[in-house]
Amino acid sequence: MSTAIQEPQQTTETVNYLNAEYGWKSWLFTTDHKRIALLYLISISVMFALGGVFAMLIRLELLTPQGDMVTSDTYNKLFTMHGVVMVFFFLVPSIPATLGNFLVPMMIGAKDLAFPRINLLSWYIYIAGALFAVASILMGGVDTGWTFYTPFSTTYSNTFVITAAVGVFISGFSSILTGLNFIVTIHKMRAPGMTWGRLPLFVWAHYATSLIQVLGTPVVAITLALLALERGFHIGIFDPAIGGDPILFQHMFWFYSHPAVYIMILPGMGVISEIITCFSRKGLFGYWFVAGSSLGIAIVGFLVWGHHLFVTGMSMYAGLYFSLMSMLVAVPSAIKVFNWTATMYRGSITYQTPMLYAFGFIGLFTIGGLTGLFLATLGIDVHLTDTYFVIAHFHYVMVGGMVVAYLGGLHFWWPKITGKMYPEGWGKFSALLVFVGFNVTFFPQFILGYLGQPRRYHAYAPEFQVLNVMSTAGASILAVGYVIPLIYFIWSLRYGKPAGDNPWGAKGLEWTTQSPPTTFNFDQTPIVTEEAYAYSKKPEVEVG
Amino acid sequence: MQLPLWPEAASAIASDVDHLYIYLTLVSVVMSVLIFGTIFVFAIKYRRKSEDETPAPIHGSWRLEVTWSIIPFLVMLTFFWWGAKIYFLNATPPPEAMDVYAVGKQWMWKLQYPGGQREINELHVPIGRPVKITLASEDVIHSFFIPALRVKHDVVPGHYDVLWFNATKAGRYHLFCAEYCGTEHSGMVGWVTVMNPADYENWLAGGGSAGTMAQQGERLFEQLGCSGCHLVDRQGRGPNLRNLYGSRVQLTGGQTVLADDAYIRESILNPNAKIIAGYHPNVMPSFQGQLSEEGILQLVVYIKSLAIANAPGAPTASLLPAIIPQPVNLARRLAPQQDGGKQ
Repeated sequence: MSTAIQEPQQTTETVNYLNAEYGWKSWLFTTDHKRIALLYLISISVMFALGGVFAMLIRLELLTPQGDMVTSDTYNKLFTMHGVVMVFFFLVPSIPATLGNFLVPMMIGAKDLAFPRINLLSWYIYIAGALFAVASILMGGVDTGWTFYTPFSTTYSNTFVITAAVGVFISGFSSILTGLNFIVTIHKMRAPGMTWGRLPLFVWAHYATSLIQVLGTPVVAITLALLALERGFHIGIFDPAIGGDPILFQHMFWFYSHPAVYIMILPGMGVISEIITCFSRKGLFGYWFVAGSSLGIAIVGFLVWGHHLFVTGMSMYAGLYFSLMSMLVAVPSAIKVFNWTATMYRGSITYQTPMLYAFGFIGLFTIGGLTGLFLATLGIDVHLTDTYFVIAHFHYVMVGGMVVAYLGGLHFWWPKITGKMYPEGWGKFSALLVFVGFNVTFFPQFILGYLGQPRRYHAYAPEFQVLNVMSTAGASILAVGYVIPLIYFIWSLRYGKPAGDNPWGAKGLEWTTQSPPTTFNFDQTPIVTEEAYAYSKKPEVEVG
Repeated sequence: MQLPLWPEAASAIASDVDHLYIYLTLVSVVMSVLIFGTIFVFAIKYRRKSEDETPAPIHGSWRLEVTWSIIPFLVMLTFFWWGAKIYFLNATPPPEAMDVYAVGKQWMWKLQYPGGQREINELHVPIGRPVKITLASEDVIHSFFIPALRVKHDVVPGHYDVLWFNATKAGRYHLFCAEYCGTEHSGMVGWVTVMNPADYENWLAGGGSAGTMAQQGERLFEQLGCSGCHLVDRQGRGPNLRNLYGSRVQLTGGQTVLADDAYIRESILNPNAKIIAGYHPNVMPSFQGQLSEEGILQLVVYIKSLAIANAPGAPTASLLPAIIPQPVNLARRLAPQQDGGKQ
């Protein structure tokens, strides 16, 4: 089979990881990293849809300033559950658990991850956590905001805080196990010749992400455990009425949750490095700078959490330190943007859907990053913190950055994952919708923020209405931009054109094997003899 | 339909913040245009012209990497420096600032003035005088936010926070709670009325029948039986609070602590936390749960007035018409009770 010449029709008949075994048991007890990736893909898509519905309800409520569609308690639960579901059950696992799970072993020429059973375990743990989160929604919801700030969450909220916190606590272990698995896999299972200097940037990004997952996630677990102790047993840790310190919670929470935004964005950056090189047919400009900047972000990202606390009464001198560090962490992000741009110089550029998403990513992430500098600037943050400016900023990074990269990656590797092509025209159209819809949704929120509209407001001052209506209109466009790919991806499973092994003419070991790959990825362990993105050498199948 | 694009600027610091914001915005626009423009040009100029073209590899350039790391960082340092300057200015109220006290409570703002006036969800301040607001929370974390003045500070339960501004333009401006605090968070809003000094004096004269804040504090002080140990005691049960405020006191452990608002608050709620040298723990009961934050603030203002009245070199009486006479009268009134207190 391995010597078969590319014959598109043959892909449906070949044995691959999808048809190697049948029946639900073959999925629920699989240890194949690719099948587990698909289990994750389905699960996080469900959570994304759930979080998206909450978002739509939030935007509908904000069409009018009076707060007249749902009650304020319901509204508070909507934004809380939107945040909890999107952050902990979509963004954190998104790229690592799906594309990372699928591709990291393939990209380094391995059969699977180092610990296949732990990989499956991580999915079950994720599901257990998600069930707790969903249970807390079904029982009546949570109204603390996804940040669970004390003493509101420990003493004053009458909602299912502990259930939701247990869900987040549990899902954290899934994240830790995924990270651990990647670290060991990348260290120990690289194919002969796959030196650190030849790793695709996607793998470097996942390596950096994994470090944060392993080092940071335990802290949020501890924090939530303490929260549950105080709420359940009145042990005074955070509530000043029983001897605690509410700001301590914020320090502990952000010690994880700021690095966690790098868990969310770094894998997206890895995806963009793969897409830009492929569709520019060119090696990455400044390979070591892009790889090193991932590690730089992972390390410095642990030193900036205090920028969430500039108006809490934290020492001014601590404020100076955290402001400076937050500026510093922007440098590696800027390095990446400049290197991606330089990669296109004298390239051979085409504009398929993944590349359109990559363009979108650079634009939106740049705006997200620059507005992050506003918030890192002490004197400006005082005015902007807890306003819609912050909402706009992190959606530019998390949605404009992460979700756009994720969609780009899905389109890029869909042919490899399923063996089928998605419809290119619809792909481009929905990429455009996502880009336009996103900007119309979130750009007005920068203006609203500087005007002073606070976040988490059920009713708002009437002069803010026009900008809010714009934002809601944009959200509708964005929603359509999300639904179209969902439809054509499912459609393509049956009706899509067979993709062939390497429809993009891309470099990387994952493209050297068949689509979809066999259970063990490669018929023989590949031997790597060239650097990553060696596009300058003529592709083997091309006629000279 | 209103479509505001820029907030009103009604304080001295607002224009500083606006200038820095404009500077940041300009730099961001320039950076974005450079990056997006370059990408656009490259995407057009280097589009694939034939299927088999294979561009020559370019591995990178140390010189470029260093340039585009250092220059943005230097620009960021200007953000940092300018932002830090404003932040420090924001953090240090001038000594002559007039005091206002605010308590956040689910879901309202309760304002008190030294003259005894009280308001809910309304704050009145004069133009051209620095105003220092001492912030306390009765329950969860709130955040006191006046967009037109570009000031915001979290109101964290368990201690005092301070915010100050110098309003420059008369008008009515939003007061928001910016930290999510539960059901009616978005209803925890009010108005700040900035007035001409003359109007402000008129407004002050119109309210406050229950005496000054210090007088209200004095009443509490007596009701709770504080004076027996803290003003007239001769047996050494508790330190005399006259002249205490603003001084450094020596604790049993040997360290010293500044007797400020926070220290007084803590000593009322958790008396054993810091025992002054020479006194014993477990003598004074805790008043945790018995006093509202407003009451505690009144006590703080009263104890502060005890020091201002008696401190050598204190401002002359004419500057402090409402506060000065009180502790003097109190001491006289309490004098006869001294013997009774000795049993």
